[in-house]
Amino acid sequence: MSENVKIEIKDLNFYYDDFQALKNINMKIAENEITALIGPSGCGKSTFLRVINRMNDLIDHTKVKGEVIIDGQNLYSSEIDVVELRKKVGMVFQQPNPFPKTIFDNVAYGPKIHGEKNKNNLEQIVEESLRGAALWGEVKNRLYQPALDLSGGQQQRLCIARALAVKPEILLMDEPASALDPVATAKIEELMAELAKNYTIVIVTHSMQQAARVSNETGFFLMGEVIEYGETGKIFENPNDQRTEDYITGRFG
Amino acid sequence: MQRKGLDDNIEKLKNEMLIMGSKVEKAIENSIDALKKQDIELAEKIMKSDDQIDNYELELEEMCTRLIATQQPVAHDLRTVIVISKLATDLERVGDHASNIAKMVIKIGKEPLIKPLIDIPRMNDIVIYRLRESLKAFIEQDVELAHKIAKDDEEVDLLDEQILRELLTFMMEEPSTIRQATSLIFISRFLERIGDHATNICERVIYMSTGDWDISY
Repeated sequence: MSENVKIEIKDLNFYYDDFQALKNINMKIAENEITALIGPSGCGKSTFLRVINRMNDLIDHTKVKGEVIIDGQNLYSSEIDVVELRKKVGMVFQQPNPFPKTIFDNVAYGPKIHGEKNKNNLEQIVEESLRGAALWGEVKNRLYQPALDLSGGQQQRLCIARALAVKPEILLMDEPASALDPVATAKIEELMAELAKNYTIVIVTHSMQQAARVSNETGFFLMGEVIEYGETGKIFENPNDQRTEDYITGRFG
Repeated sequence: MQRKGLDDNIEKLKNEMLIMGSKVEKAIENSIDALKKQDIELAEKIMKSDDQIDNYELELEEMCTRLIATQQPVAHDLRTVIVISKLATDLERVGDHASNIAKMVIKIGKEPLIKPLIDIPRMNDIVIYRLRESLKAFIEQDVELAHKIAKDDEEVDLLDEQILRELLTFMMEEPSTIRQATSLIFISRFLERIGDHATNICERVIYMSTGDWDISY
């Protein structure tokens, strides 16, 4: 793991009503690296991802205990400005979900609501973000066409560009390629490697091979617990825990 | 990932490798037999059958590559497939050594042996035992056995040394023995090399089972 810890999770517990979805999680997520979270459906990995940008605040009857510390600041302390936090922590979802607007407006949307009104600045941000998401070359001549006209893979990269536009430091990706074909998937994976130079990326994936290919660190979740967390190569060559071995070799899950 | 398909394929690989192992074992046994009986015909047969062993290696390599390409094994499965592919190479080399011994047997021909064969058959017994046990350790994933067999390399090395020293004195005393003595020294060295491959196999079995390389042997 690289020297710098970007996100530190301490004794994290999470509940939906009486159901405990996350149990005593302690993890240090390295800066400018890709951390993959794997585990069977319902093991808590998506819940965990949403805890990192307080998306679960939107769900009633949920309760968080413990700390999520980003750059030394606890997310769940009362002083945190959730809007500022979400600006710092971008998220990309399984299904590409562009707004029914133009390509330009999709990317400019975030900076606008954060108060950017200058047209030149917005144009610059849109270009930078689309370049960052490796989409600029494909859309630069049709920025004012509907985003929904793009292919699935392009839409997903547009969503990444939209996330980049507010200059986040962390990107959370919840199965970003599971709805895409292999070519579009390869593009997203290449893009992730490129983005990891400037961003800290946490990705949830159901594809073992994808986790093995793209990530530096892998965490294996099972029934709300982190069973094993460590260097990806080690996890896939010689995991420490039999349950990890059983899961990645397809013996259960 | 299709667990059943993967399991079946790995099982098939293991079986194929064991068949190769038994062919190789037979080849060594026969080569020393041919030496003891000075049986040129048998020696020629061993050399011919080496192609068959080579084919086993190719086939195993192909199966391993195919399995990695289609099933993407990880963790213990991956280590097993990688180790089988390496074991195939070890066994192929052992087969080559058996064939080399046969070549020496042909070279010696029917001329009377300069001394009764004692140490070479002994070496042969040890080497075959070690090879067999190393493959047993593979099949049973017996790390302890693998360590034990890997450690047992010294006796063969000492015998090889001893044979060399003894034959050197023969050659110094009687230069007409040089030709045959050299062949016997080669045979001893081939057996010693086979022993080294048994050690390799043990090291790979340890890696397969534990995920750690122990190459201290």
